[in-house]
Amino acid sequence: MNALFEYLLRLGDDSLILGHRLSEWCGHGPILEEDIAMTNLSLDLIGQATSFLKYAGEVEGKSRNEDDLAFLRFEREYKNLLLVERPNQNFGATMMRQFLFDAYRKLFFERLVHSTDSQLSAIAAKSLKETKYHLKHSSEWVIRLGDGTEESHEKMQSALDDLWKYSAELFYQDDVDEDLIENGIIPAVDAIKGEWDVLVRNVLEQATLIIPSNNWEQVGGRKGIHSEHLGYILAELQYMQRAYPGMKW
Amino acid sequence: MVTENEIWDYMEEVYDPEVPVLTIVDLGIVRSITYQGECCKITITPTYSGCPAMKRIEEDVIQKLDEKGIGNVEVDLVLSPAWTTDWLSDSGRKKLKKYGIAPPENEVDKSVLFSEPTIVPCPKCDSKDTKLVSQFGSTACKAHYQCNHCLEPFDYFKCLK
Repeated sequence: MNALFEYLLRLGDDSLILGHRLSEWCGHGPILEEDIAMTNLSLDLIGQATSFLKYAGEVEGKSRNEDDLAFLRFEREYKNLLLVERPNQNFGATMMRQFLFDAYRKLFFERLVHSTDSQLSAIAAKSLKETKYHLKHSSEWVIRLGDGTEESHEKMQSALDDLWKYSAELFYQDDVDEDLIENGIIPAVDAIKGEWDVLVRNVLEQATLIIPSNNWEQVGGRKGIHSEHLGYILAELQYMQRAYPGMKW
Repeated sequence: MVTENEIWDYMEEVYDPEVPVLTIVDLGIVRSITYQGECCKITITPTYSGCPAMKRIEEDVIQKLDEKGIGNVEVDLVLSPAWTTDWLSDSGRKKLKKYGIAPPENEVDKSVLFSEPTIVPCPKCDSKDTKLVSQFGSTACKAHYQCNHCLEPFDYFKCLK
């Protein structure tokens, strides 16, 4: 197994699947401005996925490009976090999912910028600028809705209760990471856990939300073990290429 | 024999498909041009990772040079150093304002939540009494503002550093 290839799939698939989830809001946003905002976020994420998966294809050396990797892999070959495949539910739940992810992504990219791999460092520098906007947007919504009306508070608390168990996977590390960390290609994610905790707890506190006491951690995505939701996402995402192989427009 | 300077001039004739008053040189996305042995190599960088205009810009560059009789063209997309609004030329800023899009201002730290939004003067009436409607606008590179004085809604080419 090529560790760098595997790791690039993890990064690319996080961006691709979350980007797809956000694109599902297109035409369904609660207000026009947020409809546009979510599709903007989606576009940034799909752009980042393109960069990661293109590079993954080059590293693998089997002439697969970013489109082959996005459209022609099966469910078990996807290495995204379980968090990003969670359904959109309501706007508040979408913002909560986004916030937990953005907080991790910003801290992660800040370190990935210093990668000894120049291509990874370049993608990180580019993506970091975008992610700062994403984090500001999602943080403000979490606070506004959490500390909002009784109904919005209840929805945000319920979203946090549902999503919290998936946040542990943000800091999942295994043998894929080991060599890459040792060679300075990627940062150790467990090292950013402390900073993530401070950032997230600070925002949740301002939002008057309570972190669930149940500390069950649900992982699996990094190994290709997914929830039932990914299959439905792929059915839609891959439909054209599966029905009409090689089609272009 | 074409010189690299002439090719830079040709690039001033290629417009951004999403903000058609700006050339790709105004935008600062053309990073380098080399012309050696009848082969032209042009390096461009995207404004945002998912900018859907990049493919079109690449095709437009190739088509423009083809019109000028340069057939052997290679367009390279690089991510580093990452594009910043600081690379937008002065003439580009003026063209944006004239077109009704407010050019980028230096912005406050994005880590401050609920910070006072950047003061962006209205491109129509120059009033500084404007409000941020949404940080995300009609394209990835723009935010949406409205002028409280003349009530005109307008796009703001947001600061990216």
